[in-house]
Amino acid sequence: MSTNRVVDPATQTIPPEQAYPVGSPDHDHLAPPLPVGFEEQADELISHYPVSKRSATLPLLHLWQETFGYISDDGIEWIGHKLGLQPINILELVTFYPMFRQHPAGKIQIRVCRTLSCAMAGSYDLCNHFRQKCGTTENEVHGLEISPDGKYSVEFVECIASCGTAPVIMINDDFHENVTIKRADELLEKYR
Amino acid sequence: MPVSENRLIFANIDKPGYTIDIDCYLKHGGYVELKKALTIPGPDIVADVKLSGLRGRGGAGFSCGMKWSFIDPKRNTKPVYLICNADESEPGTFKDKQIIYKDPHQLLEGMAIACYANNVHLAYIYIRGEFVLGAKILEKAIAEAKAKNFLGKNILGSGYDLEIYIHRGAGAYICGEETGLIESLEGKRPYPRIKPPYFPAVLGLYMSPTIVNNVETLCNIKHIIAMGGAAYAKLGRPNNTGTRLLCVSGDVEKPGYYEFEVGAITLGELIYDVCGGIKGGRKLKAIIPGGSSAKVLKAGERYKIKHKKPDGTMEEKEIALEDVPIDFDTLAAVGSMAGSGGIIVMDETRDMVECLANIATFYAHESCGQCTPCREGSLWMKKITSRLSEGEGHAGDVGLLKTVADNIAGKTICAFGEACAWPVQSFVTKFRDEFDAHTAGDAAAPTPAQKLEAV
Repeated sequence: MSTNRVVDPATQTIPPEQAYPVGSPDHDHLAPPLPVGFEEQADELISHYPVSKRSATLPLLHLWQETFGYISDDGIEWIGHKLGLQPINILELVTFYPMFRQHPAGKIQIRVCRTLSCAMAGSYDLCNHFRQKCGTTENEVHGLEISPDGKYSVEFVECIASCGTAPVIMINDDFHENVTIKRADELLEKYR
Repeated sequence: MPVSENRLIFANIDKPGYTIDIDCYLKHGGYVELKKALTIPGPDIVADVKLSGLRGRGGAGFSCGMKWSFIDPKRNTKPVYLICNADESEPGTFKDKQIIYKDPHQLLEGMAIACYANNVHLAYIYIRGEFVLGAKILEKAIAEAKAKNFLGKNILGSGYDLEIYIHRGAGAYICGEETGLIESLEGKRPYPRIKPPYFPAVLGLYMSPTIVNNVETLCNIKHIIAMGGAAYAKLGRPNNTGTRLLCVSGDVEKPGYYEFEVGAITLGELIYDVCGGIKGGRKLKAIIPGGSSAKVLKAGERYKIKHKKPDGTMEEKEIALEDVPIDFDTLAAVGSMAGSGGIIVMDETRDMVECLANIATFYAHESCGQCTPCREGSLWMKKITSRLSEGEGHAGDVGLLKTVADNIAGKTICAFGEACAWPVQSFVTKFRDEFDAHTAGDAAAPTPAQKLEAV
């Protein structure tokens, strides 16, 4: 391991070969089977940040999670290597941002808004309804409840900016507004 | 006599047949203002925006032209960046989402004009992570605009280059704070920076001068170019110019988003005439006028405000809550703020302790953890309000709650400290009897007509 790494003060990155010298024990298992086109997508995202590659951390984390479902240790190391950063620089973001997770979520992800306008419109009942219907009540990891078969996950999240049509939920990437209990059951049928 | 809306930014939104593609936007006069702006020298546009009196629509209400003129083109040698703050996450606010999802090109046009005026060649839209579709819509819109040379190299033959990229957040409220947003965009934890010295206009993104503007603010730029700063300044009231997008949620018959000239409508007119009154014919109890961080206003309150008479002299007059015009200065004068335009209405059946517990839970979750008063205090406020709302309050809890809040505001790096303290201070002061009743134990605690189950 190199002892005096030079950090560029403007970009706060270090050259990749120094962050992870090729051939070092850390580097050897850095090759998870990546889907075709993944690396190109990553390079395209990095090109959006001509001043500092470090800015691409969030986009690469999104890309990794969208591809693999969650951020594994391999993902953290791969992104670190790609951007010339230490793994801790990546991990500290994964643990900070609520949207990133280090374990798989359900195939169908349900997010129910918890904050005031939705709560006043009954989102606590609604969230409990989803938990019961999806059988997620017994299995909770870091606020994310997952059904035993891994099909559903239910999460009670903070304001998702649709307060005028409360209560609001997201199923995967789609917003659903004015969700009554009846509508919730219909949606579960639709996403089956 | 109901006040009618004056839709500038929402002019086309929800119109039958109006779509998000560029052809539709061009048919409705799109990118005309960009063409016009490119013929005007940048500093003149900055001067015109200053003249328009436009104030930031994100929450703080700071003069947009002033913000821009902090960057001195003569002395600055570094590149200037512009970031559109599309992190919309203040509870009660959902206006920017309408623009992004229904009229993305309006934002791009406003942004391109702002970038040109300030000699910016690289700009980012920081969009909240949950707007997955919104980010895709904007990416498509950028590609369309580039294909027609409204963005990219040598825009419309003017010699001006601009690249705009989308940067997605990942569910953290603190990224709406401009220096937290900048840290996040640099790929770090979004811990807000201390000011001074880290004013974005001096040491912003990559330690270069940076302008951070809200989505609605940038859309307004397009309309300032269209009508001219002086004409824009005639909309609304002096020092409170233009139109404002208002988002109404909570206990009203017709919640939704509306656009009025600033100060043209009162809280009472908005709730009773525009939004159809309180749900189920019940009575009003409280209004949060500018996103959940704004101090709550209680039904029946009367305020003394200074009012400028037509002849220019000042008079003091007393007005009821319902008569408070929705503008920056009056809402500040009555002890709250216009904030982000998110108006949350609560009716007589609401238990204010539960409502506050819900808000306190939000802030405890969203504190970034950098400053001790906020990191520890927001959690304590959640714990105390939660046990109060469950009827398990301790003697002295209400006083303790107020003390904790008083020791956060003004003692943190960013305004999140105030944002989490203000609701607690105002709820406890104005609804003290309800909080005291909760402390007295289960037997004395009132059973609210609508149990929120908010904690």
